[in-house]
Amino acid sequence: MSYPKDFLLNLYKTMVRIRNFEIMAEKLFLEGELPGFIHLYIGEEAIATGVIADLRKDDFITSTHRGHGHMIAKGANINRMMAELYGRTTGYCKGKGGSMHIADFSIGVLGANGVVGGGLPIAVGAGLGIKMKKTDQVVVAFFGDGASNTGAFHESLNFASIYKLPVIFVVENNKFASTATTKETTSIENISDRAVGYGIPGITIDGNDVITIYETAKEMIKRAREDGGPSLIEAKTYRIKGHFVGDPELYRDKKEVEEFWLNEPIRKFEKKLVEEKMLNETEKRKIWEDAQKEIEEAVTFAKESPVPNNEDALTDLFVNDSGYDY
Amino acid sequence: MRKLSFGKAINEALDQEMERDEKVFVLGEDVAKMGGDFGITRGLWKKYGDKRVKDTPLSEAAILGIANGAAMAGLRPVAEIMFADFITEGYDQLVNNSAKIHFMFNGTVTCPLVVRTANGAGFHAAYHHSQTPEAWFLNVPGLYIVAPSTPYEAKGLLIASIRDDNPVIFLEHKLLYEMEGEVPEEPYMVELGKARVRKEGKDATLIASQRMVYLALEAAEELSKEDIQVEVIDLRTLFPLDKDAIFDSVAKTGRVVLVNEAPKTGNYVNEISQTINEEMFEFLKAPIKRVTGLDAPTAFAPKLEEYYLPHKEDIIREVKEIVEY
Ligand SMILES: Cc1ncc(C[n+]2csc(CCOP(=O)(O)OP(=O)(O)O)c2C)c(N)n1
Repeated sequence: MSYPKDFLLNLYKTMVRIRNFEIMAEKLFLEGELPGFIHLYIGEEAIATGVIADLRKDDFITSTHRGHGHMIAKGANINRMMAELYGRTTGYCKGKGGSMHIADFSIGVLGANGVVGGGLPIAVGAGLGIKMKKTDQVVVAFFGDGASNTGAFHESLNFASIYKLPVIFVVENNKFASTATTKETTSIENISDRAVGYGIPGITIDGNDVITIYETAKEMIKRAREDGGPSLIEAKTYRIKGHFVGDPELYRDKKEVEEFWLNEPIRKFEKKLVEEKMLNETEKRKIWEDAQKEIEEAVTFAKESPVPNNEDALTDLFVNDSGYDY
Repeated sequence: MRKLSFGKAINEALDQEMERDEKVFVLGEDVAKMGGDFGITRGLWKKYGDKRVKDTPLSEAAILGIANGAAMAGLRPVAEIMFADFITEGYDQLVNNSAKIHFMFNGTVTCPLVVRTANGAGFHAAYHHSQTPEAWFLNVPGLYIVAPSTPYEAKGLLIASIRDDNPVIFLEHKLLYEMEGEVPEEPYMVELGKARVRKEGKDATLIASQRMVYLALEAAEELSKEDIQVEVIDLRTLFPLDKDAIFDSVAKTGRVVLVNEAPKTGNYVNEISQTINEEMFEFLKAPIKRVTGLDAPTAFAPKLEEYYLPHKEDIIREVKEIVEY
């Protein structure tokens, strides 16, 4: 790993911050503090972290129902994220969206879709916009293996390919779509093979290895920026937690989960960093403590934030007040 | 009589129909091994196997299109769409094929398909997991829309829907799944297109479906303390509409409040209002009122969601207004 220590530790910090956000979200949900549904990114942190490490602030991403990690990696404000989980006015959607819809357009997050696959054509549209405006931005669409079985996936890849759009499709293959295994519902072993059908590069990589992810993404991002067109990266990982918090997980063996814990991305990277003397115990402890402190402060911020007013249920439906009397 | 939950009643209907007719089969996301996101198809896969209980990939367009094809080929598919909001992904197949096949081909082919789906707000899942979609289908001639409110009716209406040769959208309100009620063990049908008077009254008529029936009943209960006797009609089938039941009630009360949790503009109940207006105008003693969701997406924060939804108090207010009109 011939990278500066700063850079490597930043990757590590981002993953640790995502992990701590998710641990807190899980805990709060189980304590009955948070309403709705929460899908955790635990065990998949390396993907958002590695890909987004090579994005600029003005580059775009589309996120999903499992989107907290994408947001944190793109530089979102953790207080506002937590406030959204609590349904408060200081949240990213002012409490209108909750966990599945946290997005920040000011840092290039073009929404988080609760309808699986919804983000893919949106990413392509942003890519088309970039091309028409002739800037050198790129778009990354994050989505799951389940989403790769929707029409939206196939139509998006074809469209991006024929117009040679600057879109990097990143499929987070965590081996499950809800309770269904990828194996049972997907026609091929490697989803990246589907790229062949659309005449674009397709690469399958270890989704738990942040450096591999970073390096692969960097190459595909460079290609897109230089008008080389779209690509499909398949990051193979494992959804260590249930589909949502509270999922009874009857569809898999606990042993399997334990095995994958041993290969989880943070520990894996940590080991490398320690081996190469880039991280010592003190630094490590500080990074975790800082992350925990940051999350605790976010919880305080969220709890102290106001709940919405009834009228907020109607605001912002249209640009300008249409004058329509509800 | 034996009690069963709404969800279990649906499960039993599926089981008994599969037992009776081997052309009946179930498909959808997570419906086989896991028995569905809400556990409604639990046990069927074990009993009937892969051939008749099919887990599908995440692709609603395919699920509904495949159901159409299987129906045309002589089977009787019961497709599950996990959340009604995702029907939009396969909307084309329902609108442009299911609804039109029998008409276009002069009755030479039928499309006996049932689409079961969980709808409704009330569990803080925000705007992609909370919608109530009957109005999306109402303007598409050729589709039946069924929406039970009790376990008894859930079972009887589903059996009737499966046996019917027309395509049926079968709506199951998420917040009703756990509700218990008396359900006969043997298979039986509740006739499609027939409403049920849940409570009799002479002063005003409340017309509702699914969860809103209970809101209407609570409002009626409270109004009766003030000596306002409200009749409550549970539509049960939203299309075809049971005009007779509605007209009988309107002839008696002359006052109507319609209740539905979808947004107000373009709401399903608006059609009922216009039907009464055209055919029963001389019986009306006051304008027809409606209590609906707000004209906005369903927001996540519990307070906003609660505000979005119709309330018992809204119904009481509207009833009083027309009674005093
Ligand atoms: C169109 C659509 N169908 C079904 C669902 C219900 N659902 C939510 S997440 C999910 C699984 C998604 O799997 P995948 O795309 O692999 O993402 P993961 O959850 O594994 O991150 C399903 C079936 C949905 N939200 N949208």
